[in-house]
Amino acid sequence: MTDEPLLRVSALSKFYGSRVGCENVTFDLWPGEVLAVVGESGSGKTTLLNCLSARLLPSSGTASYRMRDGQLRELYRMSEAERRFLMRTDWGFVHQNPADGLRMTVSAGANVGERLMAVGDRHYGKIRATAVDWLSRVEIDEDRIDDEPRAFSGGMRQRLQIARNLVTGPRLVFMDEPTGGLDVSVQARLLDLLRGLVTDLGLAAVVVTHDLAVARLLSQRMMVMKDGRVVESGLTDRVLDDPRAPYTQLLVSSILQV
Amino acid sequence: MTDIATYNFAYLDEQTKRMIRRAILKGIAIPGYQVPFASREMPMPYGWGTGGVQVTASIIGPDDVLKVIDQGADDTTNAVSIRAFFKKVANVAVTTETGQATIIQTRHRIPEQPLTAGQVLVFQVPIPEPLRFLEPRETETRKMHALEEYGLMHVKLYEDIARHGRIATTYAYPVKVEGRYVMDPSPTPKFDNPKMHRSPALQLFGAGREKRIYAVPPFTDVVSLDFEDHPFEVQTFDQPCAICGAENVYLDEVILDDRGGHMFVCSDTDHCEKRREDGHRGHLAPEAHPVLGKTEPAE
Repeated sequence: MTDEPLLRVSALSKFYGSRVGCENVTFDLWPGEVLAVVGESGSGKTTLLNCLSARLLPSSGTASYRMRDGQLRELYRMSEAERRFLMRTDWGFVHQNPADGLRMTVSAGANVGERLMAVGDRHYGKIRATAVDWLSRVEIDEDRIDDEPRAFSGGMRQRLQIARNLVTGPRLVFMDEPTGGLDVSVQARLLDLLRGLVTDLGLAAVVVTHDLAVARLLSQRMMVMKDGRVVESGLTDRVLDDPRAPYTQLLVSSILQV
Repeated sequence: MTDIATYNFAYLDEQTKRMIRRAILKGIAIPGYQVPFASREMPMPYGWGTGGVQVTASIIGPDDVLKVIDQGADDTTNAVSIRAFFKKVANVAVTTETGQATIIQTRHRIPEQPLTAGQVLVFQVPIPEPLRFLEPRETETRKMHALEEYGLMHVKLYEDIARHGRIATTYAYPVKVEGRYVMDPSPTPKFDNPKMHRSPALQLFGAGREKRIYAVPPFTDVVSLDFEDHPFEVQTFDQPCAICGAENVYLDEVILDDRGGHMFVCSDTDHCEKRREDGHRGHLAPEAHPVLGKTEPAE
């Protein structure tokens, strides 16, 4: 880890009319660090994630990202072209519902290859070889490369979505409930895979989840949100083992014990 | 009482023609860019060339000589009707000879005979957006054009190779115009794509239902998209035209009987006739052949 943050967020707020989406969120994210944002539904996690990934413009506040050339650039002052370019090269976005992040009517190989083609790769053989490599890394059989994601199970779709996002070697990945809607054994394998990839590639990630187990497994640091505000933040182990805010205590004690 | 109410010259009123000409000029200024225009109702159904007819009506003058082809042929319903339409509403000379025409309205072919400077080729376009079947949102496709995000176009070609082992798109093959806009060359066979590249003729595209006009000015680069290891190539035919013996032209398959008999003939009827006049014969050529209309002067 370097001593310069990758993403610097300061006093970020998003209002929907008079309703609060998220309010006054400030944090830094360092390269290679995984930050979990937890909270119940409606607490503003997804709004925050959409603002951070510049899919949504905040009402106030700033977020700056350190580009590959080392310069810190303010996200909301970039042109849309630059933001979209960032989104398909240096960033990834893993949606909760894979259908939102995949092209369901083109083959798995093309889904993985799209980003490569978008940045100018024009060699079919190389694109395909990279797609094969990435499919194997996310444990999808090579002979499924020409199948459409429609023919895939939920877990496979999610892994395909991850491959599609990571193929350009991004430095920052946003994940919105990456294990939502999957059964527990599939969840466990996906988490294992994600943890491996994040460590191997040195990815920084912002993971939104309501599942504290996901946060514990994946993240080094977490933020707890309630009603659009951050009520507690700190090292994941510390927050989960010694929650300070009453809401966090409630959240931690609500985990079902099997 | 022979005088009935007459149409304005070339059917459209002058204000409409000005509006369409402005769209055409903008299209020429930004090669390959789809210019929205206020498409009018025409006395024909959408899909029959309402866009092309409006473009032709806006640029045609009394001295023009018009040729209309439908899949390369001068004698099919669409071509005959549109030719008759302009003969009636603009009283212009019409022709079937490529070399004689100043304006050629076409549905899905480019004549075999190379076009020359000063000629205008007007394409009838059903769906102007090359990204449409990959991205259904118009707001998104416009943004993609604006930001030059064309990776998706190659996704389609990738899919072709993955499925068929080669790029199987044979018509409406996407091209990049002057290194900037990706354009649908209308459903012409990809055989005709190379003819668009640096053509001395002005090429105009009209989509009536979709309300878009775009253009390729003379001597503009038109490059078909491809992969380095799967380069663009045109269709080849393993036999010459059965009537005129032409090779390296686009051929239509004609069914001769219900026992599997068929022949391949030039899709460009004018080209085929010219060759027969010059004495070329294919293996199924009739002894004598009827001659089509050729040029009919204005009355």
